[in-house]
Amino acid sequence: MNERVKLTVSDEVAIGIQGMNKWFGSFHVLRDIDLTVNRGERIVVCGPSGSGKSTLIRCVNALEEHQSGQIIVDGTELTSDIKNIDKIRSEVGMLFQHFNLFPHLTILENCTLAQIWVRKIPQAEAEETAMHFLTKVKIPEQANKYPGQLSGGQQQRVAIARSLCMRPRIMLFDEPTSALDPEMIKEVLDTMIELAEDGMTMMVVTHEMGFARQVANRVIFMDEGQIVEQNEPKEFFNNPKSDRTKLFLSQILGH
Amino acid sequence: MAENNASFVRHELIKEQVPPVSERGLVKWVRENLFSSPFNAIMTVLSLWVIYSIIAGSAPWFINGVWNASSVRECYDILDGVRGACFAVLKERFPQLIYGFKYPPTEYWRPNITTLLLLVALAPVLFRKLPRQLLAFSIIYPFLAYWLIWGGTILVPVVAFLGFAAGVYCFRRFSTNAFALGMIVGVIVASIFWLFGGYLSDANETFLSLQAVPSRDMGGLMLNLLLGTIACSVSIPLGIFLALGRQSSMPIIKWICVVFIEFIRGVPLITLLFVANVILAFFFPPDTSIDLILRVIIMMTFFNSAYIAEVVRGGLAALPSGQYEAANSLGLDYAQSMRLIILPQALKISIPGIVNVSVGMLKDTTLVSIISMFDLVGMIRGPILSTSEWNGVYWELFGCAAAIFFVICFSVSKYSQWLERQLETSNR
Repeated sequence: MNERVKLTVSDEVAIGIQGMNKWFGSFHVLRDIDLTVNRGERIVVCGPSGSGKSTLIRCVNALEEHQSGQIIVDGTELTSDIKNIDKIRSEVGMLFQHFNLFPHLTILENCTLAQIWVRKIPQAEAEETAMHFLTKVKIPEQANKYPGQLSGGQQQRVAIARSLCMRPRIMLFDEPTSALDPEMIKEVLDTMIELAEDGMTMMVVTHEMGFARQVANRVIFMDEGQIVEQNEPKEFFNNPKSDRTKLFLSQILGH
Repeated sequence: MAENNASFVRHELIKEQVPPVSERGLVKWVRENLFSSPFNAIMTVLSLWVIYSIIAGSAPWFINGVWNASSVRECYDILDGVRGACFAVLKERFPQLIYGFKYPPTEYWRPNITTLLLLVALAPVLFRKLPRQLLAFSIIYPFLAYWLIWGGTILVPVVAFLGFAAGVYCFRRFSTNAFALGMIVGVIVASIFWLFGGYLSDANETFLSLQAVPSRDMGGLMLNLLLGTIACSVSIPLGIFLALGRQSSMPIIKWICVVFIEFIRGVPLITLLFVANVILAFFFPPDTSIDLILRVIIMMTFFNSAYIAEVVRGGLAALPSGQYEAANSLGLDYAQSMRLIILPQALKISIPGIVNVSVGMLKDTTLVSIISMFDLVGMIRGPILSTSEWNGVYWELFGCAAAIFFVICFSVSKYSQWLERQLETSNR
């Protein structure tokens, strides 16, 4: 079932997962996951809710601990060693469904905090970088407001800028548009498309099939904790192989 | 344009007019709030009558109050049958109420200055807008305050401060590699400093020395403030550490914190004070005599910190897990994410609870009168009321104590409300 589709964009491997298993208590959430993401590749992970796609992406930066198998991110293996974990986390940006901005800090402070404390960058330089990326996501004028004063779409774009400030080599997106109004979904997706065009390695859990078609190199379909099918977007949508995929696609593309 | 009847043109604009008398100002407010219905009107009249009776009943007592007399008998002679208070006791025994009855009167300036400096030291802690350099004084203040209140040679607090500073420096220096290493080196260096500094200060007992005042001579309101300030300021950080420890993933640390918190919370404060007074002495080697005030401070700090830990735990639990995840995913380590992300938010939520507990602690310092320490209440119950001059002047004395505590606690609670408004960032 796990026949690997080779879509090598670059020979360098950004994320390598081999025989990875995870349990929540006695519940087997992820079963024998094998996945290689090459540098510069854009992967979309989709599947019904409870299929383990969010858990998979959260394992990549150790927000969830895996119990067996191997995860190598950016050349560093994820073990229980806290130094490795912190190193990987500072190289991997993560976006959340509920943005998770820090409500007690201004937009600018949200963007400079990790630069100053993790990267030890001087404040003036950190602020310059922050303004650069806030301009890139088109909200430099909100820099001195607090997250609570921004719309959902703006907050998610701030979250993208906050991650980019750390100059990550890989970006993970955990349903970044699921909590947004349709109008705001577009502004966030546009920002993500721009990011993809810049050559960022991206792993995106989303239900936005339009985005998958337009941006992804590869679409992965998961169900019951395992990878059921993966393929180029064109093949995946037009000619799904497994029955489970066909059923899923007919349901989400049906209306 | 034949059907002009429907058209209308205004040539003069109507000027803005004041509303009728019944709809503005005081009249409107009174009508809407006090006499909006027959029942409301009856209640208003009734309440006014109650307020009037209280004021009319107590006003003469205050107005006729006697301020100059040397005993309660003289008060009655002056009052000559008229109802009135005998405030003379407050005037005559003022130093006792404030400083206790043993603190040397020539040294009253020392607690006075200490209290004034306390306000200076607290200012940068309480008001974030003040220049941060002032915090340097806040750090020196505890050592200075010790010297001013207890007296003795200045070498003692200086050595204590230097040992503390050296310990902190070593901790900073070494904790970049490993937290535990920094902690151990810091403690060892500080201990060495204190050990050798101890010899130095013992040998030069008269160097820049103030008259030494032993702890058992402290009393009055000064003692309440001393206990309250120290217990509150030590127990807030201790409570935060206990709350974090209770959440720890390391089982031993977690269980130590849980047992400590649950035990202390399950025991009445007065029991702990008796333990401090009597039983604690059994646990120390026979020759050492740990100061009674110190023992009481330790117990009060423990008691308060257990409560604060639970309040802070509530604040920590109220934060969405996304905040922890976002902090982690940016690569912040545990200490950084706690200090920069989690605690600022959790403590903001906990402010009302922390203030509630601390105000309670400040008032509970009067419980030490039960273990025969002469704080404000202890002074009133003991040395003042038991004398033949002032036997029976309960209202004036306890009313005064109540008023003093009310002013202090009310200002603390006003400050906390102001702080909450300052920290409000979301536009809910």
